[in-house]
Amino acid sequence: MLQLEHIRKTFPGVVALDEVSFDIATGEIHTLLGENGAGKSTLMNVLTGFYAPDCGSIRLDGQAVRFTSPRDSLTLGVGMVHQHFMLVPAHSVLENIMVALQGVPLLFPRRQLREKIAQTIEEFGLDLDLDTPVWKLSIGAQQWIELIKLLMRNCRLLILDEPTAVLTPQETEKLFKVLFKLKQQGKSVIFISHKMREVMEISDRVTILKKGRSITTLERGNFTQNQLATLMIGNDSIPEWQKSLPFSNELVLEIENLSVRNDRGLADIDNFNLQLKKGEILGIAGIAGNGQKALAEALTGLTRVDSGRVLAAGKDITRSCARSSYIAGIAHIPEDRKAVGIAPDLSLDENLILKNFRAPRFRHGIFQSRSAIRRNAEEKIDQFAIKAGPKGSPVRLLSGGNIQKVIIARELSEQPTVLVALYPTRGLDIGSAEYVHKVIAEGAGNGMSTILISEDLDELYKISDRIAVIFRGQLIGYVDPATASREQIGLMMSGEASK
Amino acid sequence: MSLQFRVEKREQGSALFRALATTASVFTALFVAGFLLLAAGVDPAAAYLEILREALGSSYGLSETLVKATPLIITGLAVSIAFRMQIWNIGAEGQIYMGACGATWVALFSGLDTPLMLPAMFGAAFIAGGLWASVAALLRARWQVNEVIVTLLMNYIAILLTDYLVYGPWKNPDGFNFPLTAQFADAARFSEYFNTRLHSGFFLALFCALALYLLMERTIWGYQIKAIGSNPGAARYAGMRTGLAIFLVLTLSGAIAGIAGFSEVAGLQHRLQHGISPGYGYTAIIIAWLARRSALGVVIVSLLMGVLLVGGDSLQLSWQLPVAFAYAFQGLILFFLLASDFFINFRLRRLKETADA
Repeated sequence: MLQLEHIRKTFPGVVALDEVSFDIATGEIHTLLGENGAGKSTLMNVLTGFYAPDCGSIRLDGQAVRFTSPRDSLTLGVGMVHQHFMLVPAHSVLENIMVALQGVPLLFPRRQLREKIAQTIEEFGLDLDLDTPVWKLSIGAQQWIELIKLLMRNCRLLILDEPTAVLTPQETEKLFKVLFKLKQQGKSVIFISHKMREVMEISDRVTILKKGRSITTLERGNFTQNQLATLMIGNDSIPEWQKSLPFSNELVLEIENLSVRNDRGLADIDNFNLQLKKGEILGIAGIAGNGQKALAEALTGLTRVDSGRVLAAGKDITRSCARSSYIAGIAHIPEDRKAVGIAPDLSLDENLILKNFRAPRFRHGIFQSRSAIRRNAEEKIDQFAIKAGPKGSPVRLLSGGNIQKVIIARELSEQPTVLVALYPTRGLDIGSAEYVHKVIAEGAGNGMSTILISEDLDELYKISDRIAVIFRGQLIGYVDPATASREQIGLMMSGEASK
Repeated sequence: MSLQFRVEKREQGSALFRALATTASVFTALFVAGFLLLAAGVDPAAAYLEILREALGSSYGLSETLVKATPLIITGLAVSIAFRMQIWNIGAEGQIYMGACGATWVALFSGLDTPLMLPAMFGAAFIAGGLWASVAALLRARWQVNEVIVTLLMNYIAILLTDYLVYGPWKNPDGFNFPLTAQFADAARFSEYFNTRLHSGFFLALFCALALYLLMERTIWGYQIKAIGSNPGAARYAGMRTGLAIFLVLTLSGAIAGIAGFSEVAGLQHRLQHGISPGYGYTAIIIAWLARRSALGVVIVSLLMGVLLVGGDSLQLSWQLPVAFAYAFQGLILFFLLASDFFINFRLRRLKETADA
């Protein structure tokens, strides 16, 4: 149905794509696999008309096409769900979907459209209230909206850029059901993911991208998980690390009867209790939207606590602002790294001191010490293997994995006693994710305690010492990853079983 | 075969490239304006020479250019510091008026003795401008009230308040009922130099530029302002008190604009009167934008504006060109500078022919 031949795309100073060729058949789920920076996102942006390729051709049903805007590609039935959603947060679900519709009469028949949209939602068994403003929805629910937008426009080829990065196992299952259904209807899907389990489950064919080139395309049945990983990473080494020594029984953080209410007045965190021990990696498993974000924000002082207490080493830090919490030693890797993790227009050097710019070593009185800041940056770039751009260029030009490294480097630079990490490897390639795990494990070896909030059970099993399960803002119980089964945790996550 | 071009992001250009592009855009503007002059029957080359001669060619012209640039520099700095934090202070005009009122109050009614007079006027202007902006600052920081609207509307209040003072309580009893206050005593006036109207305000403006440059580029406060401007969410998350910072920066912006009012009454007019600022506060917005919010840029752009203002005046005298010509110049220069912005950040590249079927 769609053929790409010899696509090449360059950005100033970078060849993002070079000699990329592959094709997609009707009714096929085609996976694109590649590390961060391999060119997946660029390639998709070429397909959807955000970028024009420097050379190469795109053929749709044998006809050469040139997309010069997302509108062109949408008209021809190619639509995309981006990693970062393109929604208007203040508008309702219905309004966001209607914006995407085309060929709507001037005085648009609101009720009719509403019914049509509701029908689609019904058909795919999604659970969405059309009148809720988008900002109140979980990221998972926002993804449904993006998908519905494309379905309403009768797209023939749907591109999903790491759709499962933000979903729970259950939501992922649901998504896959939808994808299979779409496949039966003769629609084609380009699926981008890092999670091997999913790739194995869903793909008809897999194309591997490496350093901007398409290496090979494999048919279902002709590849194994290990083969794919080897092809994708190639000769790049994966950092080695070992799980830390057993943690001590000393409590570094206690949460007592914590409650946090959200903007709607509902309890995000309800009577929550948690105990964190020194040198421990405590995983928190739960379906998105069960209070993980509020928990992290309450711990790091970004959200007001309605009742309950947070004790750090026995000291009550509940009602202090973010700064004093930080001084009390809690570091935070936020969920949305672009929205709150970095100051995008400032340089790498400046971003690395965003939290500790007041530290005496970075200033002489009120003046900043540029040499010290530069030295600090060089140290971190070296220590965390950050691929930095030209000196002084804004940090927003870095790739997602590198931005995450910048945040982690900064957060760990003041030797925190507690690290609260929200989905720290979301959207990272295998190499970068391993690196993050290594850093957390090493921190634990040095006595740092980590609260690792994740939806990726594989990740939780791999590095957690204990796993706590959260459901509707409450602690359901602790399990030992060495003995607990996936099913057991899954049931706890859905609130159907305790312990 | 058709020519097709594509817009493409450029790598960050060097400072030299940016300076060249800016200069080129000024010349392009002059070139286009030349056609307007031709249409009016004036030889463009002669007219430009005249502008340069008038604005820069004599000590009088040069001094007038600097005099005109003075309030623009100070106000441009005031606006640009708030811009750095993505706070849009549209109220510099009103803050100039309030600064002028504050300084005048001290000059006429404080009864201070000589050496303290100017510093006290400075302080009063600084505080008056700051207080005026602090209303918008408080509303913005505490309740997220849009600062554009508040600062803009406060302009009208400030201007009318000044009118009330000069038509009413502060009117000079010996002034034949003109809307003017009494003239300031010598102690409340800036020194003048070289027998021209050039006054200490110009050096005060340069000092402000240096101070703000250091504040923005070298201090931890400037760092916070930039961080908050770039991403308030991240700044808050990093423990910066964004609300307080917004309040302080917008207030400081108003206080600096107030200094411009002080400089105008102490250096030039020596009294408070109706219409002391012919829209410097609004021109400052353009200046801050063109200067790309840098302190040095504000000085350079303000001087250029000074040349245009002085040169434009002389065109009216020598060729009886309407005043609209001066505005047309300004507009064209602005237009081409904005266009050059585009070419600094992007380039056009001809599309290679791909394998079209």
